[in-house]
Amino acid sequence: MSLQEHLYMNLVQDKRYLYFLEGLKNTLIITFFALLIGVALGFVIGMIRSTYDRTGKGKIANGICQFYLTIMRGTPAVIQLMIFYYCIFTSRIFSGVFVGIIAFGLNSAAYVAEIIRSGIMSIPKGQMEAGRSLGFSYGETMRYIIMPQAVRNVLPAIFNEFIVLIKETAVAGYVAVQDLTKAGDIVRSRTYDSWTPLLTVALIYLILTMFFSFLEKKMEEAFQRKERG
Amino acid sequence: MAEVLIKVEHLHKKFKNQEVLHDISVEIHKGDVISIIGPSGSGKSTFLRCLNALESPTKGDIIFEGQSVLRSKNVDVLRQKMGMVFQQFNLFPHMSILDNLTLGPRKLLKKSKEEAEEKAMALLKRVGLEDKAGQFPLQLSGGQQQRVAIVRALAMEPDVMLFDEPTSALDPEMVGEVLQVMRDLAEEKMTMVVVTHEMGFAREVSNRVLFLEDGYFITEAAPEDFFYHCENERVQSFLSKVL
Repeated sequence: MSLQEHLYMNLVQDKRYLYFLEGLKNTLIITFFALLIGVALGFVIGMIRSTYDRTGKGKIANGICQFYLTIMRGTPAVIQLMIFYYCIFTSRIFSGVFVGIIAFGLNSAAYVAEIIRSGIMSIPKGQMEAGRSLGFSYGETMRYIIMPQAVRNVLPAIFNEFIVLIKETAVAGYVAVQDLTKAGDIVRSRTYDSWTPLLTVALIYLILTMFFSFLEKKMEEAFQRKERG
Repeated sequence: MAEVLIKVEHLHKKFKNQEVLHDISVEIHKGDVISIIGPSGSGKSTFLRCLNALESPTKGDIIFEGQSVLRSKNVDVLRQKMGMVFQQFNLFPHMSILDNLTLGPRKLLKKSKEEAEEKAMALLKRVGLEDKAGQFPLQLSGGQQQRVAIVRALAMEPDVMLFDEPTSALDPEMVGEVLQVMRDLAEEKMTMVVVTHEMGFAREVSNRVLFLEDGYFITEAAPEDFFYHCENERVQSFLSKVL
């Protein structure tokens, strides 16, 4: 068979491109919302943890967060996903996509939290003291002075986490989600052709992660560190 | 005698089991320029940082303009009236010089952008840095950064300025320009509390010298008496090393 015939059979025949489109859609939906949950929750946890590290306040909250991080980072994401789908959200009014968003979001939050914490801890103590001495509250100093610098410092690590997340969603097929990976697998089982559907899927993931890298570069340029002299 | 601005009452400070300040009481009057001197590790900086509650004392109280700094519900508002200058300048590196000066006045004093910037430019001009307004802190020399840090504190229109070894991190040739700004401030009758190793400044500019050693408030005197007529053994031993 020629390359054209391979492509025709795997993508066009029986409208098989629809599998890939549907899969891409689900992968993007899960990634996007999981990313929102991960960043939002990760920020909160990262703040709680660094506040404890720096001031000793919020011992109990910090303990809870630490426990959460230990569990989330210490077990495979695919197991967490299956626990959410088969043990917790057992009612099937919860779709696999929904459960995927929750599971991957909560998992990613653990990693984002530690990135944010390291970013905050990388800012010298004097910055907080300078902010407080002007009369800003702890929260205001965080907002105007610490976080803008911290986020800038951890931008590469955050984007790395985004890229990990989008690839991690490839296991969503375990809970009956027809994501991009699953789509490739379905097509492969129909056409008995391995190369074309899997390379197609790989290429799409590659384009998605390259988009994230592009976004990162643009953001870093926008944040151009003039202050570095 | 001038009005009492800050009253320090029986201040104690412990870090873990180490007592860094022992029962310090002192009154700071409006217009005072106080130099706090003493050997390294004597608790000078800790004392200064207690004044605006950057450190919380273990015992005692600090009354600023009639209000307890330590028991105040809103220490942030009190701090607006107490400018502070640090050894390491602590300018905000992600903001331009102008933004460093206007952040506080805009967000805390609710000044308009125009008003805050006009005041900031006037302050920069005063320390000869009006041409640096658009630059970023790390593009400036240490001496320039410290002058900006001083006017950043002044932009909040404080009633007292606290200086924590403002010239200790500077190259020698930059010390003079920062001290000059502080001299000018003293001449304008700003109340200042200065932790310093600059004996020249203590002698020529301040009206009171406080001597701390090992966390004890050993003595206080007018600079003339302190440097030339002090009979305290510990002071003499210290002065013999630094002069």
